[in-house]
Amino acid sequence: MGYALRVEAHLQPRIAVEGLTFEVGRDTQAPRRIVDDVSFSVAPGGVFTVLGPSGSGKSTLLRCLDRLVEPSAGRVLLDGRDASELPVQELRRRVGMVFQTAALFDGNVLDNVLYGPRLRGDRAERAAGDADAAHAQAEGLLRRVGLPAAFCDKPVTELSGGEAQRVSLARALANEPEVLLLDEPTAALDPTASQVIEDLLLQLAADSDLTFVFVTHNLAQARRIGDHGLLLVDGRVVDQGPLPAFLDDPALETTRLFVEGRLQSGAACALPGAAPPEAAP
Amino acid sequence: MIAAQPFSFTSLAAALVLVGLALLLSWRQHLDIEKEMGFACIRAFVQLMAIGYVINLILRADRPVYVVLMVAAMLGFAAATSARRARPLPGALLLAVVAIGGSTLVTLGLMLALGIIPSGARYVIPIAGMIVGNSMNVASVTAVRLVQDAGDRRPQIEAALALGASPRQCTADIIRRSVRLAMVPVIDSTKTMGIVFLPGAMTGMILAGADPLQAVRLQVVVVFMLLAAVSLTATIVSLLAPGRLFTPQQQLRRLENGA
Repeated sequence: MGYALRVEAHLQPRIAVEGLTFEVGRDTQAPRRIVDDVSFSVAPGGVFTVLGPSGSGKSTLLRCLDRLVEPSAGRVLLDGRDASELPVQELRRRVGMVFQTAALFDGNVLDNVLYGPRLRGDRAERAAGDADAAHAQAEGLLRRVGLPAAFCDKPVTELSGGEAQRVSLARALANEPEVLLLDEPTAALDPTASQVIEDLLLQLAADSDLTFVFVTHNLAQARRIGDHGLLLVDGRVVDQGPLPAFLDDPALETTRLFVEGRLQSGAACALPGAAPPEAAP
Repeated sequence: MIAAQPFSFTSLAAALVLVGLALLLSWRQHLDIEKEMGFACIRAFVQLMAIGYVINLILRADRPVYVVLMVAAMLGFAAATSARRARPLPGALLLAVVAIGGSTLVTLGLMLALGIIPSGARYVIPIAGMIVGNSMNVASVTAVRLVQDAGDRRPQIEAALALGASPRQCTADIIRRSVRLAMVPVIDSTKTMGIVFLPGAMTGMILAGADPLQAVRLQVVVVFMLLAAVSLTATIVSLLAPGRLFTPQQQLRRLENGA
């Protein structure tokens, strides 16, 4: 494994990834590795940022962590335990995910926010037939994402993009996950809404012991939000380190190119150790 | 008047005028489907003649084993046709066999057990044909729609998966929709029967010279039977399909929208 695990002195990482690989077309002539031998680890409460140009495999990497796609090789460890040994629904309850688009379900905000808890039937409402308890629970979750209680009964079709994304964040938080995966959650939003989400994430990171794995192609955002991060190009980790240092003072040519906005995905020649001799000195 | 005797080969030949009319219209409007239309007519003629002789033989022999073989053959063709429609779905053929076969067995079995129809080949074969045909359509529509919705609603389905939903929980909506959609034609034709159109079984009996009131009673039985059959088919598809839309690790498969 080319990259050492970054483990805090006495803390077991909340989530660790070892040699994770996702390959497509394995039964064809030209199999392609979308994610190629990726390793990293995140301490409890950490905010780990996965950076990279679009098409570099960031989203697929994230989806492997939640087992929405099946890794071809490698392991994901959750609190030191191999995630593939956990029942997949338990894994997904403990590792939440917020997507680029809110992907809300039909219905109102309350139905969305309480979707997770209702799946497991762990709501007072079902037992006691008490709608008030559900309302209170949903209002609490909405408060965490800065939305007023009145939003509970709003149909999701009446939400703005930013509001919808906040509801989807509340929906993920309702499961009380230990790790939250964020797949470019602000990429589809305007700058103002994007800023709101970003502030929320910073606040969540500060107020809770939630661990984040945050995918973005936005450097400024990575600098503001992440404490550690890696740069993924063509599915491979080309650089990683503490943020913002590893971006501010890039040691590698590839990282420098990315920071300067001159790195395209598919630019395999920019990878250190790749075949062409003109690779970075 | 060319066709003196109803449904003689002479009258059949005269009916070719109708095919000619359709071909002429297609040719004049440059629809470019004359060849297909002509081929379809020839195929229908040959298939129907063949099945006519087969049924004739079976009726004369009147042995249960031939009836069973005949129904099995109808099932096989129906399942293969439906499975072709639902091709992106893994195991589509098995799904179609179970859904169409299951609904046919249960519906036909009930009709025989309750004495609604006698057990002779003359009754079982045409009734089974109606059940199999309608079940096939419903199985196809349900499966095709499911595959399409699973693609269209991928973000919502994956969001639900990511919240810990089981495949069944996160496809409950699209399953409900596809089952309803597949059953709408049967329900609508049940509602408008006798007003908008005179259904086939009844029409056939009247044309063959039976008492119209008896024909109506048969048709009512047929309608009830088809409702039961398509409900069963759609239910079986909806029970079995979610498992095929997902991998064993509960990941939504990427199915190209065929059909």
